[in-house]
Amino acid sequence: MYDMKALYQAKSVEDAVVLRLAHPEAQIIAGGSDVLVQMREGRRAGAELISIQTLDEIRGVSMEDDGTLRIGSLTSFSHITRDPLIQKYIRVLGEAVDQVGGPQIRNIGTIGGNTCNGVTSADSASTLHAWDAIVELTGPQGVRRQPIAEFYIKAGQVDIREGEIQTAILIPRESYENCFGHYIKYAMRNAMDIATLGTSVNVRLSADKKTVERARVAFGVAGPVPLRAAHAEALAAGQPVSLDLADRFARAVKEDINPRDSWRAAKDFRLHIAVESARRAFIESVKLAGGAL
Amino acid sequence: MEKHQIQYQTVHFNLNGKDVEKTVDVRASLTDMLRNDYHTLSVKKGCEVGECGACNVLIDGETFNSCIYLAVWAEGKRIRTLEGLMGPEGELSDIQQAFIDEAAIQCGFCTPGFIMSAVELLESGREYTDEELRKLLSGHLCRCTGYENILRAVKKTMYRRLGKEMPTA
Ligand SMILES: Cc1cc2nc3c(=O)[nH]c(=O)nc-3n(C[C@H](O)[C@H](O)[C@H](O)COP(=O)(O)OP(=O)(O)OC[C@H]3O[C@@H](n4cnc5c(N)ncnc54)[C@H](O)[C@@H]3O)c2cc1C
Ligand code: FES
Ligand code: FES
Repeated sequence: MYDMKALYQAKSVEDAVVLRLAHPEAQIIAGGSDVLVQMREGRRAGAELISIQTLDEIRGVSMEDDGTLRIGSLTSFSHITRDPLIQKYIRVLGEAVDQVGGPQIRNIGTIGGNTCNGVTSADSASTLHAWDAIVELTGPQGVRRQPIAEFYIKAGQVDIREGEIQTAILIPRESYENCFGHYIKYAMRNAMDIATLGTSVNVRLSADKKTVERARVAFGVAGPVPLRAAHAEALAAGQPVSLDLADRFARAVKEDINPRDSWRAAKDFRLHIAVESARRAFIESVKLAGGAL
Repeated sequence: MEKHQIQYQTVHFNLNGKDVEKTVDVRASLTDMLRNDYHTLSVKKGCEVGECGACNVLIDGETFNSCIYLAVWAEGKRIRTLEGLMGPEGELSDIQQAFIDEAAIQCGFCTPGFIMSAVELLESGREYTDEELRKLLSGHLCRCTGYENILRAVKKTMYRRLGKEMPTA
């Protein structure tokens, strides 16, 4: 038995909003792989829960008319990895979430939960930052869209307002077209471990594959929330593809990141793996994009 | 002050091929319901926080740790536990026999969970590499066997079902 005060089961997104307003103290439960564990540990003991688990309307991946990729907030990690649209347009996201926990966790864990928990180590978060994802929230005033970087307020806290739930993660066409990316999860074990550092890089090359048109890089666990490394991105934009560029790009990430000492790893070690992961992920992304170096 | 009342809800689902219905406390996990109300005791309580896989069951064909799944979410689902693998005369299934043959069981606490993950991958009809098999089984902890025998039991059964010779290497 869970130490739960009450359970309200939403029948639709609209109903979830009504329940949120009626029970402002209640917490949303989607897959429950954070909520139920924290309830068991006592951190959320005695809480009221609003379950959105059965809202199939916000589950699954689709393409909108303007080419925006829509990932319903309740889509599980394993379904994201297997999805043909994800594989075609943002394969790295499927690869990143395929490194969450183990198979059973990937069947229950949702991308909505992985972003709404505001956790810097969340395996989807760095890739979503690196691809300029848009977070869609539905509330009493209707739908609100927000760039993911603004959605994160501080460690463990995101911008979900009164009565709102997150309904989708959107990737605009401009953000994925001709882009290729690679994610590196650095952890102590290959399965069932939280990232010591997560690095997600993607590039778009010129038609002749010789110039980097745009490079983007984001990290998890390099700060209290996932973050981009703007200096490195600016340095690489418009530059000819080369191994030297990979080195300079990787070193430049140190300008923007601010990892801390924790029991998992020391700050210096995190800085070291950030540079090395950025270099490797950059090289891999360029290769995926058809570049030679 | 709102009074803390116990809430019940009736759930209808299919358990190992049989349609069932039960009125449960909304605070129950699926493990609680399967063990207490249906006596499917193959579903173990290990860590109860999603780490060990001892409580693993198949829900609509996918593996889930039932300790972090609310019983009321079972509504309309097809749930399978190890008990459902038993033949009409109480016979063991091929994968269970393989676990015995390969000494993939010692204390047995992790076994039902491992076997349900094995069932999912075996029923996919695909041939997996060792690396893929390790990844597909990585959501389970075993404190006795050291995993190699478990991997071999699953692999042998996979090749037997595919009607292929197991590569020796
Ligand atoms: C054993 C184990 C291993 C794990 N390993 C990893 C790992 O390797 N990498 C990793 O990133 N995570 C890992 N996790 C954490 C967890 O599985 C993920 O964070 C998952 O994405 C959470 O999703 P959920 O649907 O289960 O979230 P829930 O537990 O349901 O919710 C998480 C939080 O988000 C809020 N929320 C959820 N959905 C919405 C919504 N649509 N709108 C508004 N608020 C919402 C909830 O209120 C809660 O605060 C692990 C968990 C376990 C138990
Ligand atoms: S008892 Fe459910 S995962 Fe350990
Ligand atoms: S046989 Fe004892 S835990 Fe696996």
